[in-house]
Amino acid sequence: MSRAIHRREFLKVSIGAGGGLFLGFRLAGTGETLAMQNGSAASFTPNAFVRIGTDERVTVIVNHSEMGQGVYTSLPMLLAEELDADWNNVAFESAPVDPKYNHPVFGMQMTGGSSSVWSGFEQFRQAGAAARAMLIAAAAQQWNVDPSKCRTDSGAVFDPSNRKLTYGQLAAAAAKLTPPAQVPLKDPTTFKLIGKPAKRLDTSEKVNGTAVFGVDVKMPGMMTAVVARAPIFGAKVRAFDDSRARSMSGVHRIVAVPSGVAVIADSFWQAKMARDALHIDWDEGTMSSFNTNQMMQQFREQAKLTGKSVRRDGDADATLAKAAKKLEAVYEVPYLSHAMMEPLNCAVDLRPESCEIWTGTQFQTVDRANAAKTAGLPDEKVQIHTTFLGGGFGRRANPQSDFVVEAVHVAKAAGVPVKVVWTREDDMQGGWYRPAFLHAIAGAIDTNGKAVAWRSRIVGQSIMAGTPFEGMADLKGKGYDPSSVEGADDLPYEIPNLAVESHQMEVRVPVQWWRSVGHSHTAFATECFIDELAAIAHQDPYRFRRDLLQKHPRHLGVLDLAAQKAGWAKPLPKGRARGIAVHASFESFSAQVAEVSVNDGKVQVHRMVCAIDCGRYVNPGIIAAQTEGGAIFGASAALFQELTFENGRLRQSNFHSFPMLRMNECPEIETHIIESREKSGGIGEPGVPCAAPAIANAVFAATGKRIRRLPIRLSEAV
Amino acid sequence: MIEFSVNKTRANLDVDPSTPLLWVIRDHLGLTGTKYGCGIAQCGACTVHIDGQAVRSCVAPVSRAAGKEVTTIEGLSPDLSHPLQRAWIEEDVPQCGYCQSGQLMSAAVLLREKRQPTDDDIDKAMTGNICRCGTYPRIRKAIHRAAGNFAKRGAR
Repeated sequence: MSRAIHRREFLKVSIGAGGGLFLGFRLAGTGETLAMQNGSAASFTPNAFVRIGTDERVTVIVNHSEMGQGVYTSLPMLLAEELDADWNNVAFESAPVDPKYNHPVFGMQMTGGSSSVWSGFEQFRQAGAAARAMLIAAAAQQWNVDPSKCRTDSGAVFDPSNRKLTYGQLAAAAAKLTPPAQVPLKDPTTFKLIGKPAKRLDTSEKVNGTAVFGVDVKMPGMMTAVVARAPIFGAKVRAFDDSRARSMSGVHRIVAVPSGVAVIADSFWQAKMARDALHIDWDEGTMSSFNTNQMMQQFREQAKLTGKSVRRDGDADATLAKAAKKLEAVYEVPYLSHAMMEPLNCAVDLRPESCEIWTGTQFQTVDRANAAKTAGLPDEKVQIHTTFLGGGFGRRANPQSDFVVEAVHVAKAAGVPVKVVWTREDDMQGGWYRPAFLHAIAGAIDTNGKAVAWRSRIVGQSIMAGTPFEGMADLKGKGYDPSSVEGADDLPYEIPNLAVESHQMEVRVPVQWWRSVGHSHTAFATECFIDELAAIAHQDPYRFRRDLLQKHPRHLGVLDLAAQKAGWAKPLPKGRARGIAVHASFESFSAQVAEVSVNDGKVQVHRMVCAIDCGRYVNPGIIAAQTEGGAIFGASAALFQELTFENGRLRQSNFHSFPMLRMNECPEIETHIIESREKSGGIGEPGVPCAAPAIANAVFAATGKRIRRLPIRLSEAV
Repeated sequence: MIEFSVNKTRANLDVDPSTPLLWVIRDHLGLTGTKYGCGIAQCGACTVHIDGQAVRSCVAPVSRAAGKEVTTIEGLSPDLSHPLQRAWIEEDVPQCGYCQSGQLMSAAVLLREKRQPTDDDIDKAMTGNICRCGTYPRIRKAIHRAAGNFAKRGAR
């Protein structure tokens, strides 16, 4: 971004409350927040990111969505650091949708790509530093002293004789000043908050039931809708019989919408019961014979052919042809559901001249544009109020805004404010999955036991094809989707002959980014295959990786740390075995060691040791939480999760058929963080990719058999 | 008419007795701290207490609460003072937070029944509560911490 332009854009001074938009949203939420708003009615709003009340409260307006990753804490920490705020007085508020809250790199308001902290690192500090400069100027004016002689600490300005004025006392005067043109930022060695543990700001409301998620939104006169959607992707409603449903209690309207048939009722349960009583005649379309087994067979056939070249170093094919020792392996991963704990939902108040939307979304700008188009209103007449997200993992960043657009269609028919609520089954069967992938890898070892060739063919659906992001990622020019091969095309191992190829498959199952995107499968394939090469070279898998990573100090750093903390060289109790994996994603570096046992055909993960290097970090508590959570997310997929289709219908529907780790299955997890001055990398996703290969490699160490397909089934091990 | 008490307040509702307690709590009583996650007693996000027992309210018909005392997350304490809430804050347990009402309500029954729960006790009591964010290690720590608090305070 151009910082100069950005500063002009957002450094505006105003007096008064933060704006009716916030107020409108908070009214739907808790009374506590409303009181807070009133308390800071007279406030200093130096820019779009902070408001300081005469009650000393510093409210940081956060342009990223809180879905568990801690942005409502880490981004306020950045601002509070430069402001020298009293952390006990810092509060957060979700930003309305507005271009001034666009992601400085991606150019739209959104949360994803593990980018919130690095993209906000300067933005939030600048906002805090500008506010601080104005508060100092206001105090200096009052005291008639040189502002450069004043200092700030814990929410107050001090003059050389230690006279003190708090930010609250200065708010009104500071609001009359012009924002400074240039504000220097702190020397990182003087940080008081950044890099230190701080409690999350959103915990209290998450332990007493007052946190407002999308599904909790209430509006006067609001109704609830449940939609009967196509049982097969692409199926269309031919006709429907709602005679029974219409007579059911609480039902107001039953209407056809582009995604199916919506039942609008007084309450969720009434809407759901009536929805289930509909008889719909579906035109099943072309996907009615779709079958994932057949699809994977097709992928296997495709992998025999040369694909679109993504990377070529040396000559892998020639080296493979004359290699001393050669290995070929095919790795397969299934479709996966994001399965956020809070199923999708969206509340809409559509009026002739406005459209107000309340939802937990990761994609405000895209959703607003799609909602505006659906409502027939200009963009600026649509407001999106971002609630807490009961998990996101990518699903709530839908390029077509599927759950928002549908809710606007329902609102058009409802004539009253309406909240569309998806059941768990609706959510799981509603598409936009992590695509299934196949990696066919061939590798060679020379007579010295060195890896000399690696050829990887990656077969699967593109996430970005057909979306507005296709052009941004230059899919047509490249001939492949970078998100399909990320983590495989930048293989860090020093192998002189390396070929990475892509086969982009057309399948009409809607797919989407799923926590760690391409890395969720490329790390499994590459880190299992390097482990397999180590085995045929008769070398220790940790040492083998080490030797090939000499030019990659940050990979080595986490690899060594994880191995050391796990006690890699130390013997384990009988029946236990370790596996290791290292992988870079989202500009962060991760290594994990899994300790497993295999009994009665069942894999149990006892311990996971994680090492993470995410550059300069803001809050180590959140770094650890995200790394642990990522490892558990990855382990759930590795051990249990798979979506399969038969005759176009998804066979899984809820947590009994799409399980995830539970308390009794959760390993002991420890996280070790590398101290670093490097630019901040991501943290929401990098904990995921290593879990599956670390566990699969541990299963090999325990059983001598390789896992080449997820989820892990010992019966399939080779 | 079905009559029961919710967080010590009497509720008298004209509602289909087969309606799941969850939706009565959320839609009729407006207490949205109790969450919907699966609707089939698989995830525990909807856990409440009926006469002190942990119940998955998504599959419990409201008729089951008739004449009984229902406690939801809003009734766990009036002021975040329950040892579990304090421990959850101390350990920074929640991530997205959506499952935490149910986690806390399950843990509250465990702690009442076992003042010093072992890891096995925690496994048994908490296995019905899914957390997609993966806060299990911190939940475990927080329960142990709260158990310490219980002992110190001599509370029940």
